[in-house]
Amino acid sequence: MQDFAQEFTTAMTLILTGDSELWAIVLLSLQVSVMAVLIAAVIGMPLGAALAVARFPARRLVIVLLNALMGLPPVVVGLLVYLVLSRSGPLGVLQLLYTPTAMIVAQVVLVMPIIAALTRQTVETLDAEYAEQLRSLGVSRLASVPTLLWDGRIALATALLAGFGRAIAEVGAVIIVGGNINHVTRVMTTTIALETSKGNLALALALGVILIGMAISVTGLVSLLSLRQEGEAMRHA
Amino acid sequence: MIGTWIRAGVLAIGLGATAAVAQENFIVVQSTTSTQNSGLLDAILPEFQELSGVEVRVVAVGTGQAIKNAMNGDGDVLLVHAKPAEEKFVSDGWGVSRQDVMYNDFVLIGPSADPAEIAGGKDIVAALSAIAKAQAPFASRGDDSGTHKAELRHWGDTGIDVAAASGDWYRETGSGMGATLNAATGMGAYVLSDRATWIAFGNKDGMEVLVEGDPRLFNQYGVILVNPDRHPGVKAVEGQAFIDWLTGDAGQAAIAGYTRDGQQLFFPNAK
Amino acid sequence: MRDLPVLEMGQQPMIEAEGLRIGRNGERLLDLRYLALDGPGPTLIMGPNGAGKSLLLRCLHGLIAPDAGQVRQDGVPIGAESRARQGMVFQTPVLLRRSVAANLDYVLKRHRLTRARRRARIEALLAEGGLAGKGRQSARSLSGGEGQRLAILRALATEPDVLFLDEPTSALDPAATQDIEAMILRAARRGTRIVMVTHDIGQARRLGHDIVLMHQGRIAEHSLAHDFFDDPQSQAGRRFLAGSLVL
Repeated sequence: MQDFAQEFTTAMTLILTGDSELWAIVLLSLQVSVMAVLIAAVIGMPLGAALAVARFPARRLVIVLLNALMGLPPVVVGLLVYLVLSRSGPLGVLQLLYTPTAMIVAQVVLVMPIIAALTRQTVETLDAEYAEQLRSLGVSRLASVPTLLWDGRIALATALLAGFGRAIAEVGAVIIVGGNINHVTRVMTTTIALETSKGNLALALALGVILIGMAISVTGLVSLLSLRQEGEAMRHA
Repeated sequence: MIGTWIRAGVLAIGLGATAAVAQENFIVVQSTTSTQNSGLLDAILPEFQELSGVEVRVVAVGTGQAIKNAMNGDGDVLLVHAKPAEEKFVSDGWGVSRQDVMYNDFVLIGPSADPAEIAGGKDIVAALSAIAKAQAPFASRGDDSGTHKAELRHWGDTGIDVAAASGDWYRETGSGMGATLNAATGMGAYVLSDRATWIAFGNKDGMEVLVEGDPRLFNQYGVILVNPDRHPGVKAVEGQAFIDWLTGDAGQAAIAGYTRDGQQLFFPNAK
Repeated sequence: MRDLPVLEMGQQPMIEAEGLRIGRNGERLLDLRYLALDGPGPTLIMGPNGAGKSLLLRCLHGLIAPDAGQVRQDGVPIGAESRARQGMVFQTPVLLRRSVAANLDYVLKRHRLTRARRRARIEALLAEGGLAGKGRQSARSLSGGEGQRLAILRALATEPDVLFLDEPTSALDPAATQDIEAMILRAARRGTRIVMVTHDIGQARRLGHDIVLMHQGRIAEHSLAHDFFDDPQSQAGRRFLAGSLVL
């Protein structure tokens, strides 16, 4: 067996001493996943809220479908996005394959259903409580959406986190559409996959520890923010 | 206050992601896991990039997938190791021409305990027959890669139908060389690997080279420019410049100079 | 059945409902020939569980569209327009997940008041509801009585003509109930027409000007409060006061 302790120490030293290669990878991971979550939120939140508030014939079916899409296999998403962005694909002219943009696209596809479905759930639960009262206050169905989104902000922050967690931890899609190209599309998860296949298990594990650390930090940051938001909302009534 | 920071951070992240795409002067090389996992390309590419100003972006997949990606136009240069498939790629018009770049050899790896008693042999076909006879576990790439194709060629020479043993002692990982070596280590299985990946591999735990030196284990790498007539997006000038460098004196010297643990991993043989 | 105590002849009924019918799965939930609320109020709607009291209140406020019939305010069929001149308070206060002041501001903003005027109005409302100094507190952290007071303040914030209340004190202790009854009476004195559902006969005696007694989706009796309590005209009324009217 390799000397795990020693390798692990080496890896952690790289991290703590600010090894520029490693930090570039960490930063790219954050860039890609944060962008993906933001875009997915811009699309997914209004979609989820609309689905919660609107009534139309196939609504139940759409909800079941959306919930099912929460579990999209990353590899399949990667393959689909590859086929679309490939030079021979319909959007090949954009030359996005093997770029961070392609990785963002794939993660948006993965994360959007999660945010939309959780938003739908949150807004629908809140709507059940608020609907009569808001109607009484003269708020139309459409105008009630921003109110429901804002009052569901804590739960929605959690939805964003769930999306971020999925994006940052995902490897199957980004390795296909990003290509794991050194200095261009190599992110935490693809680096871990690469180091594992090189047999550098301790280094891979150390990178995994950073990844977990990042997930925990982001979660903590968002929880902190939502607490502050709560406070500010009260002060600025 | 924190809100402002977050907004600034998000902005910076957005700009950063855009900037990473902005670099225009690059080519995409579809290559195999062995060139990446062995560390060769990471070691020699900076020299070419400095010389030419062209960034080389390597997508490392199995040879089969690399060829398919190139056929889709998702690469400018193909650097793989499955000569018959490469020649077909060119004759079908997907590539301009094929050139030899370098070679190394395949080695048969196995657990030190060696249940099939093949250690020290020089005949790959005899060794595989012994493994089959002992029904000792054998880990195959199973991914249509160059190494997988080579392995199947040797099994073909033994006359043994490994497909019949699939899932029994013959185990196909469907993964890259490194992942398959990890699997073999975990199962105590025999496995055919290119020498370069094996030397650079960090998880050798209880595994060693048992059979080597059979001329049939020769492993030739070739390089091909993807045909710009088929895919107008191909960066033919930059791609050809890379091929010229790789097969020229400087590139060949760089390949010869790459060592791990004092061992040379690839042997340049461009004509 | 005595349908209507007429107070001032010739006066246009403020709120009138005609031929209201609501059924579900063949069951009659509400079936009302005619109801006029034209007195000064407060009008207290009473009756056993399932009599259709809340349903009637929601119809009058326009939250539920009846299967048949019409509700008019000042002669005009109700809609979003008239609802803007009405307020409603529910049994369990529905408070936004924001501060106390933000709950009031939410309504005032919709009426396009300037920031300064909204601020002043919020201060006045908080004082009126005994919530002065609690503006920044989270609305969801208020006690039951405070929460209901905030809900009433919010309904009153835009000075509606009519305030509907659906058993606003049923979950509260006597002290909290007293505060809320006082608020309701003050609103009534300022000219807000009160229409309120209650289970509590004592409360109906304390607050009611006229009583609507409902039974099985119909109006059993509509009388002035002292008439109703002294000498109920309907059999349902007599049994209700005797405590023996169930469903």
